[in-house]
Amino acid sequence: MRLIQKVGEWFELRLQLGTPIRDTAEHPVPRETASWFYVFGSAALTVFMLQIVTGILLALIYVPSAGEAWNSLQTLNHGISLGWFIRALHGWGSNFMVAIVLIHMMQVFLFGAYKFPRELTWIVGVLLLLVTLGMAFTGQVLRFDQDAYWGLGIGASIASRVPVIGPWVVNLMLGGPIIAGATLSRFFALHVFVVPGLLIAFVGVHLLMVLKLGINEWPMPGRIVRRATYLQEYHELTHKDGVPFVPNAVWKDILFSAFILLAIAACAVYFGPFGPSGQPDPTIIQTAPRPDFFFLWLYALLSFLPPSSETPILLIGPAIALLVLVALPFVAGEGEKSWKRRPIAVLSVLLIAVALGTFTRLAQHAPWSPVMDAWSSQPIPSEYLQGRTALQRRGALVFQAKQCHNCHSLDDKGGQRGPALDSVALRMTQDQLVRQVIQGGGNMPAYGKNLSPAETTALVAFLDTLHPANQAPARDASRAVALGTGETATRP
Amino acid sequence: MIADNGMSRRTMLVKLGFLLNGIVGVFLAVPIVRYLLSPVIRERKTGFESWLSLGGLEQFPAGQTRLATYHNPVVNAWDGQTGDVACWVRNVDDQNFQVFAINCAHLGCPVRWFPQSNLFMCPCHGGAYYQDGSRASGPPERGLFQYAYKIANGALLIKAGEMPTPGQPVAETAGTRTTCA
Repeated sequence: MRLIQKVGEWFELRLQLGTPIRDTAEHPVPRETASWFYVFGSAALTVFMLQIVTGILLALIYVPSAGEAWNSLQTLNHGISLGWFIRALHGWGSNFMVAIVLIHMMQVFLFGAYKFPRELTWIVGVLLLLVTLGMAFTGQVLRFDQDAYWGLGIGASIASRVPVIGPWVVNLMLGGPIIAGATLSRFFALHVFVVPGLLIAFVGVHLLMVLKLGINEWPMPGRIVRRATYLQEYHELTHKDGVPFVPNAVWKDILFSAFILLAIAACAVYFGPFGPSGQPDPTIIQTAPRPDFFFLWLYALLSFLPPSSETPILLIGPAIALLVLVALPFVAGEGEKSWKRRPIAVLSVLLIAVALGTFTRLAQHAPWSPVMDAWSSQPIPSEYLQGRTALQRRGALVFQAKQCHNCHSLDDKGGQRGPALDSVALRMTQDQLVRQVIQGGGNMPAYGKNLSPAETTALVAFLDTLHPANQAPARDASRAVALGTGETATRP
Repeated sequence: MIADNGMSRRTMLVKLGFLLNGIVGVFLAVPIVRYLLSPVIRERKTGFESWLSLGGLEQFPAGQTRLATYHNPVVNAWDGQTGDVACWVRNVDDQNFQVFAINCAHLGCPVRWFPQSNLFMCPCHGGAYYQDGSRASGPPERGLFQYAYKIANGALLIKAGEMPTPGQPVAETAGTRTTCA
């Protein structure tokens, strides 16, 4: 023990870190902040460290070359002992990190922690969210598979819409005219050097400010933040009623971090690594690219925006969102901190969470995408064919052969791009069906040039049978009058 | 030693040092920025595109639309498969052709051709196009991108080399029929 003490003293004489470390560890924090609500920031930092370690481990094997990256991922998955586990840890770590950063941000917002004097802490936090998402996107590109390849194409297509300089931005992003070796190399440099460098710098500033300004006190309804008096009030709170950060508060941080690491490891073991999916070969076009989980909402949004407003929303939307986040502490830098007295804040969080959750859920099903193989893999339910005439069955064949099934479902099978047709005969008369098939409209292509009159007649005859047995199909009353047949004609 | 204007010799030397570093910094920044911008400065000068053969005309029967692939004219040894690009060739009537980019005009996903319904469909956001490449439905704002083509020595040639995007459709000449016998 004497020896350890002597070695310690030797280092202390030269480094002189003992006092600042002790002061930092034992700095007083408000009593209520030793809470399970205050553990997300440290958990995000812990996961970031896991990402650094697993990232370095992956870089030992990974080859950042468009021709070899996919093969090196296969080697990691199958050729290196426990390579799959490191990949899975890194992939799940990424998902957890984005999730924890978002939860941390939500908690900080609801607890009013962005108010005076912590405005800059919040703004750096917004930057940290951006670079975390930047890490997630660039990391997805390094998993150089089909999704990564076409995901880059989507990124380039969005970038190209910037007015005037769009084409140059695309070339700069791709490192050339097409997605190729130069593209992967620059995303590797971004993911491994540039963005982590920013992340480390921002984390440093963020932490420094948390230490200098003190952790946000537990918001009490009615305890109003005022620039003139806040610093004095906070000083009294921490020094009269405070507790030392170590050990009173830190044990919850440590326990939660351990729990999160355990959860990541459990997911990694149970679900395994992400991909890679098919080879990044642009001539393999039988693929339906999907982004990673935390970009699914964007994928859904891109299919719902009206074509005419898509470009302005894509280009201006993020700028407005960023502006709102940065302006928040300046607009609402004083006042009530407690979420109990900030209904708009609570509703905003709920609205954003519900919107993002809904879009994400939708994107997992992608009802807007045609089911490319429905016409050949999903048969028409047999009850829709029993007791039908030859013409109607011929129409059913047209329905399959012309890929109507790719966008329209029958008995919940097939595409959902267009409306389900199980009871279409109730909604549309024969004439309306003919018009819709031939002229299209309402987001349906016109089939006039692709169907012979005989095929159209057969198809409409089949569609006209699609109604519940106990409900009559829609009829054009005037037609009956004109033909002098039917009950309407005889009605007084 | 303080000069009349209150500036000591040492402060002046410090300022001189900063000035010198600033000048060196600018000298270094110029080549660095140029290096970073090389994909848009150097390579753009000559243009990315050149005439590439998609193969003999016999591969593209009249009235049909077939998938063709070509190797991008500008590639590096380590590009691997990414240098191979696909496109759709429509032989209208043996005299007229249309060569469509594989990329959806919405966000660049690979569109697939369905000869039965004469439609191109996109698997991403549900864009659809007619056989002549015009927009049929879905989020795209325009029809499929087209490459300029010509026929030489019984082979179909297209002018390609850059990924078409909504902001940079293939060649401005796309759609024009340059036919050389």
